[in-house]
Amino acid sequence: MKRFRALRTRDIVRIAVLIMPLLFGVGALAYAAPAQEPGAAAAHGEEEHGSAGDVIMHHLLDSNVMAFEPFGEFELPKIVVGGFDISITRHVLFMWIAAVILLLVFGYVGSKYKSIGNRQAPGGLANAMEALVEFIRLDVAKSNIGEGYEKHMPYLLTVFVFILVLNLLGLVPYGATATGNINVTLTLSVFTFLITQVSAIKAHGIKGYLAHLTAGTHWALWIIMIPIEVIGLFTKPFALTIRLFANMTAGHIVILSLIFISFIMKSYLVAIFLSVPFSIFIYLLEIFIAFLQAFIFTMLSALFIGLASSHESHEAEAAH
Amino acid sequence: MEGLGNEGLGYLGAGIAAGLAALGAGLGIGQIAGSAAEGTARNPEATADIRTTMIIAAALIEGVALFGEVIAVLLVLK
Repeated sequence: MKRFRALRTRDIVRIAVLIMPLLFGVGALAYAAPAQEPGAAAAHGEEEHGSAGDVIMHHLLDSNVMAFEPFGEFELPKIVVGGFDISITRHVLFMWIAAVILLLVFGYVGSKYKSIGNRQAPGGLANAMEALVEFIRLDVAKSNIGEGYEKHMPYLLTVFVFILVLNLLGLVPYGATATGNINVTLTLSVFTFLITQVSAIKAHGIKGYLAHLTAGTHWALWIIMIPIEVIGLFTKPFALTIRLFANMTAGHIVILSLIFISFIMKSYLVAIFLSVPFSIFIYLLEIFIAFLQAFIFTMLSALFIGLASSHESHEAEAAH
Repeated sequence: MEGLGNEGLGYLGAGIAAGLAALGAGLGIGQIAGSAAEGTARNPEATADIRTTMIIAAALIEGVALFGEVIAVLLVLK
């Protein structure tokens, strides 16, 4: 009789990787449960939950109702203050959850550094977070901003991990992507815009800042130069907004559409061979895009701050 | 041609816009990937730098393609 060796961790990991598609398949079906009624009822022309497009929109848009589909739902409070609707919606709730996660993780890591001191390298979570922070410090902040990058490190780090956690929270079942809401991404871009302008004014002074708007052309051209430059000032944060928002929303639309294809076609064959494998592939791609978009937002913020507060090149140009 | 009212034209425009945006993104990112592969073949030591540049450029081009997609979605919703 052959002797079997003990089951090691890497064997368990290999088994988990092989049955992962099955787990994702079950998870995807649970996620898409509300679409079962329209699949059956649409044939009769009457719709209880709405068509697939309506369900997709319901998953993507913000709402006051936190729904855990087969189990029930609960409604979040509506708060209206003086005509402004500041009620707590799903996206607000997920931003708070992300904030709590970040406070816990980085609070723990920071206190670990304080208790260890200078003598030892940190282990575990602190080590992993140090790799992240060093990556942002060297490759993103220092290479783009140059000197004086330490002032902007807190903002860049915060924005990176915040966007990352929000993107990843949208991928778990029952999660909602707060960065898929254009108001959230617009706010983050406005922060970048304000920091860029303030650092430009600090580096060049008000006169230098206004002089940049004319970009060193003859005064007769100012009348068209200044509007173009002002528009150019605003397109960069606008592009940041739309890029993050559209990437997150489009990814979720693709995932949901692929899952609902099997309900619309009402066939097991399509479900097994088309819907589930493609959904898994797009899901994994979405995880990669979550990281990538957080990195791109941070890198472009650092780039704009660096461009706005650059010192040396102008004196060299003026010397000519 | 009675199906071609204003709404029908809107849907048609949205479909064409989304397709053209995807086409532009595919061409652009394909060129980047080609240049990245060629650069890596010429200089295998710079693989990591070329890969980083390629990913950044791909994300930026995809952002532009998604501008077009957003406009297509707006057309469908209106």
